Amino acid sequence: MDFIQWFAQGFIHWFVAPMQHEFMVKAILVSALVGLVCSALSCYMTLKGWALMGDAVSHAVLPGVVIAYIMNIPLAIGAFVFGVGSVIAIGFIKAKTRIKEDTVIGLVFTGFFALGLVLVSKIRSTIDLTHILFGNVLGISDSDIIQTIIISVITLVTLAILRKDLILFCFDSTHARSIGLNTTFLYYTLLSLLSLTAVAGLQTVGIILVVAMLVTPGATAYLLSDRFDHMTLIAMALGVFSSVMGTYISYHIDGSTGGCIVVVQTILFVLAMIFAPKHGIIAQSKNSEINY
Amino acid sequence: MGNISIDIENVTVAYHGKVALHSASIKLEEGVICGLVGMNGAGKSTLFKAIMGFVKPVRGKISIQGLPIHQVQKRNLVAYVPQSEEVDWNFPVNVYDVVMMGRYGYMNVLRIPRSIDKKVVQESLERVGLWDLRFKQIGELSGGQKKRAFFARALAQQGTVLLLDEPFAGVDIKTEKLMIDMLMELRQAGYTILISTHDLASITTFCDQVVLINRTILAYGSTSEVFTEENLSRTFGGSVGDFSGAKTNSRYLH
Repeated sequence: MDFIQWFAQGFIHWFVAPMQHEFMVKAILVSALVGLVCSALSCYMTLKGWALMGDAVSHAVLPGVVIAYIMNIPLAIGAFVFGVGSVIAIGFIKAKTRIKEDTVIGLVFTGFFALGLVLVSKIRSTIDLTHILFGNVLGISDSDIIQTIIISVITLVTLAILRKDLILFCFDSTHARSIGLNTTFLYYTLLSLLSLTAVAGLQTVGIILVVAMLVTPGATAYLLSDRFDHMTLIAMALGVFSSVMGTYISYHIDGSTGGCIVVVQTILFVLAMIFAPKHGIIAQSKNSEINY
Repeated sequence: MGNISIDIENVTVAYHGKVALHSASIKLEEGVICGLVGMNGAGKSTLFKAIMGFVKPVRGKISIQGLPIHQVQKRNLVAYVPQSEEVDWNFPVNVYDVVMMGRYGYMNVLRIPRSIDKKVVQESLERVGLWDLRFKQIGELSGGQKKRAFFARALAQQGTVLLLDEPFAGVDIKTEKLMIDMLMELRQAGYTILISTHDLASITTFCDQVVLINRTILAYGSTSEVFTEENLSRTFGGSVGDFSGAKTNSRYLH
């Protein structure tokens, strides 16, 4: 009995104690919001096969962020311009040369990223490169919180309105076009949301790990569901859970917040991969035993 | 004899300056089933894309029931049944969801199904015998059922021009018979049906007309007139051998 009491107290303490600090309350709320938004988008990224594109765009926003910082305009605007710009550059090079798409993607995003690094190192400002690369949610400023909220609202509202069109676009863009849906518009909408959420994710986990936020929850949920709407809800629940738990863990072990969040996400993925009721490795091997 | 449904006038399509199809002219009436026969790369899918408005001809003009293509899309006139290889069968949608996608063009921006949409989807699913399987994830269906699911989507779309890409590849006899019966019914109802296929034998059994294609239209007209050995060897760039062996031969033409 004593042990249970001791354990329960410790458990509550583990969750409550960090909340005495205002920065932790902010960090947990912002991480949860970013986790929610990135996860919602991650379903489309996973199903469209855009993981590499997500990686590319999230890296390519760096020079935009730095330039926006110099010009003193919202970072999201700079990131948006460079995110979409990188995709246009990828499309242009692919169409005009004989180079294969994955090479073009690798080439463009590292080029943009390198430009960003040069800019950061030359402007000698208060901008902290490690915060951009690895996130700094524990020290997030109020203006960044407002920016994250605006990005989140834009993304969630757009996804809610265009949900069915985007699902059809991911599933069967030929049919979507043949019934007159504007697939070019859907394509750029998805890319714009990707650029915006990359900025939101940048605050929490940093540029390097944003792609995990944009891929892992969707991939995990994909193993757990056969309906898109269920998949989205599961992904969002996993995203929020990972963000909150990761932030707590990082507080207690005094480790990288972004790292902790993504490690939790990855652990959840591995569990789903092994134990998912229908698409997990165990279930799959049982199925094949029955069949043969 | 009905009105002209598909009118392709001297159409040339090029990708990045390379001509994929040149000077193609076809007129198909309402209530016609037409086979589109040619090798891979002969321009079959280019012709489909042009009819659906995905590629803009560099020369020539296409109209469906007298309307330009962008009007055709708005009215959901052309329904396309894809090849099985083109579909992501692991996508988390069920059979009902897929058939409902045929109705999106009629719905408001949020694509919330009205009672008419639900009714049409149910009718389409019942017609292909998949109503009981409507809650199955599409990957759980058999090869024939998968084909029928997409056929049901085309029915739900209620377009009067139907494009089918290799509809009989990998389907069971039951599905093939059911689909041919349905195609016959739709022909009666005035649909214009264009079927791209390698399966020469099945074409002679139910197609009224045939288009032979190899970068341009080599021949087109009624099946019996067009299906000569000479025409077929021009289409496939060599001898196809004995006509009665067309079905077996067609396997080697891929």
